[in-house]
Amino acid sequence: MENQTHLLTWMTFFPLIGMAVILITPGRAKNFIKQLALVSTLPPLWLGIEMLRVYDPAGGMQFIERASWIESFNIFYYVGADGISIPMLFLTVLLCPICILASWGINDRVKGYFALFLLLETGMLGVFSALDFFLFYVFWEIMLLPMYFLIGIWGGPRREYAAIKFFLYTLFGSVFLFLAMIVIYIYTGSFDLVQLREQIAASDLGSMMGIQWWLFLGMYVAFAIKIPAFPFHTWLPDAHVEAPTAISVILAGILLKMGIYGILRIAYPLLPDMAGEFALFIAIIALINIVYGALCAMAQTDLKKLVAYSSISHMGYVMLGMAALTPEGLNGAVLQMFNHGTITAMLFLLVGVVYDRAHHRDIDGFGGLAQTMPIYSGITCLAFFASLGLPGLSGFISEALVFMGAFPVFTWITILALSGIVITAAYILWTYQRVFLGPLNEKYASMRDCTLREQVTLYPLAFIVILLGVFPHLILQFFQPTVAQLLEILK
Amino acid sequence: MGNIESLAYFLPELVLTVTVMAVLVADICGAERFESNLPAKIALTGCVFAFLFHLHMYSMEPAELFMGMLAHDMFALFFKAFFIICTGVVTVMTIMSREVVNYKKSEFYAILLSVCIGMCLVAASRDMLMIYLSLELMSLGSYVLAGFSRNIGKSDEAALKFVLYGGVSTGIMLFGLSLLYGLTGATDFDAVQRALTASSEGLNLTGFLIMLMILVGVGYKIAMVPFHFWAPDVYEGSPTAVTAYLSVASKATGFALLARLFFSTFMTAGENGWTIVAGLDIDWRLNLAVLSAITMTVGNLGAFPQTNLKRLLAYSGIAHAGYLLMGVCLATTMGLEAVLFYLVMYLFTNLTAFAVILFVAETTGGERMSNFRGLWRTAPIAASMMAIALFSLVGLPPTAGFVGKYYLFIAVLEEKMYWLAIVGVLNTVISLYYYARIIKVMFLEDSAESNAVLKMQPGYAILLFVLSVPVLYFGIFWNPLVHYVQLCAQLIP
Repeated sequence: MENQTHLLTWMTFFPLIGMAVILITPGRAKNFIKQLALVSTLPPLWLGIEMLRVYDPAGGMQFIERASWIESFNIFYYVGADGISIPMLFLTVLLCPICILASWGINDRVKGYFALFLLLETGMLGVFSALDFFLFYVFWEIMLLPMYFLIGIWGGPRREYAAIKFFLYTLFGSVFLFLAMIVIYIYTGSFDLVQLREQIAASDLGSMMGIQWWLFLGMYVAFAIKIPAFPFHTWLPDAHVEAPTAISVILAGILLKMGIYGILRIAYPLLPDMAGEFALFIAIIALINIVYGALCAMAQTDLKKLVAYSSISHMGYVMLGMAALTPEGLNGAVLQMFNHGTITAMLFLLVGVVYDRAHHRDIDGFGGLAQTMPIYSGITCLAFFASLGLPGLSGFISEALVFMGAFPVFTWITILALSGIVITAAYILWTYQRVFLGPLNEKYASMRDCTLREQVTLYPLAFIVILLGVFPHLILQFFQPTVAQLLEILK
Repeated sequence: MGNIESLAYFLPELVLTVTVMAVLVADICGAERFESNLPAKIALTGCVFAFLFHLHMYSMEPAELFMGMLAHDMFALFFKAFFIICTGVVTVMTIMSREVVNYKKSEFYAILLSVCIGMCLVAASRDMLMIYLSLELMSLGSYVLAGFSRNIGKSDEAALKFVLYGGVSTGIMLFGLSLLYGLTGATDFDAVQRALTASSEGLNLTGFLIMLMILVGVGYKIAMVPFHFWAPDVYEGSPTAVTAYLSVASKATGFALLARLFFSTFMTAGENGWTIVAGLDIDWRLNLAVLSAITMTVGNLGAFPQTNLKRLLAYSGIAHAGYLLMGVCLATTMGLEAVLFYLVMYLFTNLTAFAVILFVAETTGGERMSNFRGLWRTAPIAASMMAIALFSLVGLPPTAGFVGKYYLFIAVLEEKMYWLAIVGVLNTVISLYYYARIIKVMFLEDSAESNAVLKMQPGYAILLFVLSVPVLYFGIFWNPLVHYVQLCAQLIP
């Protein structure tokens, strides 16, 4: 076990080493920088696989590392992983090399781009591994800076607007999380999430009772903006559409999950009484997300915006499962987080492929692409069907679990939410038909199919989507015990 | 303690005084003809020695100096270190730039050092008379510094506004102090406090008036709303190095004065923290809290339309005065620690920002937003350092600004002033918008004219690094600084 104790730290901070090396490399060596960035993301991936291999689902919190950081405030450098963070950590280390490959086309200010990207990876891994509230918050905020620059410098035409909108929205939410964090510290004298959880479960909160509701609300606002839950979702279409492909993948694949992860890691365990109290509210918001997001997606003419709105809709399923507070619901929510990460990543990568060639994303501007781009159409078909929840692919399992879990609790909301599936199927099939089927648009008759590099980014994700569609147990086993533990606290 | 024995506690100020004389003597001897930077170098040497002597003072027991005129305590030492560092940095900034090149340099440094002495005395004063004298020593020097670019109209305007505002507000403050003397018959803080505690008559109205008048004087120094109107014009017109000095050191002086005066006269230290003296039944804390909320909001909103970076930082300085007031208005030791911590972060952060502005103004001829366009391509080091400084001013990790805010808010929430905390964090969000505008101009936009690299002297790059490293270092490893401010948040009665 000795050599595993530093696993999470190495995983989190290895990209920073890569970033440092990139920063001292002259900016002219563009290809070398790209290779360097790719190489820096591989050890975390290897550590991630190692982590999956070693992790014992029944063992609770693992890979723990704890060192005093700021004694005066009882702040620790405290990292560890349990069943809820493991899938997220793995998703992050998996998507990062893929995104580096997807960014190979970046040719402007290469050094800055890849340095910031690696900083972003450290921030994300830090969020998913931190077990100290303060540490969590620091990573949570650190992530904003590279994201702002990555959207703002390398994004599309309206990048400046999208970047600052993203930044302001997220900071607006974060400051309430910040206040909630401090208030909890003042009442308990600790930032230690594991200890706080036990402390709060063991005793009633005494004087904290009166403001519990406000604390939860503050945290909810912070996390809901990241999810993004209605009505805080408006930053998402802008940020996603303007961001470069790889950054959209990171945004949709990982950043959105942080909102849910934050609720499961912090808001629920620390304020268990409020979980039930807010459940109906969250379920209603989830319903709005599902239906409204799907309807918005249907109305889009821009392919990337469509995927962005479909993300809002799909995050609604996660929220619904989470609000249900049943084993099936919560397991479905965590599974949906992972699945949505892989499926949406594929969708954004695919949009990027066609945008690179055609330089527009207008759904009606294509047609008959299946004739010239068979590989591309095939993978897109797979991703689309996974997204609409076709049985046999991973999306189906998680959505089914969510609905099974939510139905006994919120019967009517679940029934209404089911309409989201129909709308999703409608817009996805309609889009596929317009882009890939029908007569070939002559303008794009000579469009190249996916290159090897693009295929390398897509195949691993496609493989996971199929694998988890057939054997969902492969990933479910990691978090089932943790979810059961969490539910015990919430009861 | 008698005058002669007190001198042992007075070494940093003595060193500075000797340096002032050395600068003047060197000028008379015509030393500038041989080495044009000699006055600056003498001044810098003086600062270094004063700092070294100040280090020696930590081991000495707290005491009253000069028959109770000055205090030797950790609180005063903190501010002495603060002012000496700030003066040293400003000196280096002027050596590196050409801002004061056309004028009598020795005069500039003699005045700069005198101002520093005045500030050190303000932070140590524990007598109303001493406060006034040292405040004037500092203010008169500052007026001259603000107007030092004599042939630039804006600099004259700045100096004049500074004098007029300063004269009136210090006058009102003096009136308040004289009322306090009339009530208590003493100028010594300790005696005033005892007299206030003993009095049983209803002093409330007079007491309130006194506090208000003192706040006029202090509020002017720290640029508190509604006494902030001078700040944007003075900051814009003054030479950039002087603006940096005013925005950091002058503001800190105001806080030193405010904290010592209010804590030592209107409060008593008890078993469980500070309480208001018995004879006075005014909750000045709430008044200050409201002023703090207004100050930060006005400062942040005022910064929105600014296109001149010095003006923008003037408004940001007003906002930061508001944040700092949050810490003072709590009247707790924790709040005082938070203020000291915040000041340290503000010192390095703001000096970094002004050092970059000075560099850009020197190389491109202005300090407007347009001068910063595409700075990332033309001067990557300066742009990155500016970004660090701006993120620290917003209060984002991993910079010291975040920890400063954290410390302040934890102090505020400990007193259960939730409304103030919410106003504070919302202001943080607002402030991001205008700070990010500078970032946007530097990083997201390309320079319209040329992408020619701006040449930066190696010395200047080193200065920027030295200033910005603490901003990052204290953002991550702030344990030592916490211990230091906990040590320094101790006033002698």
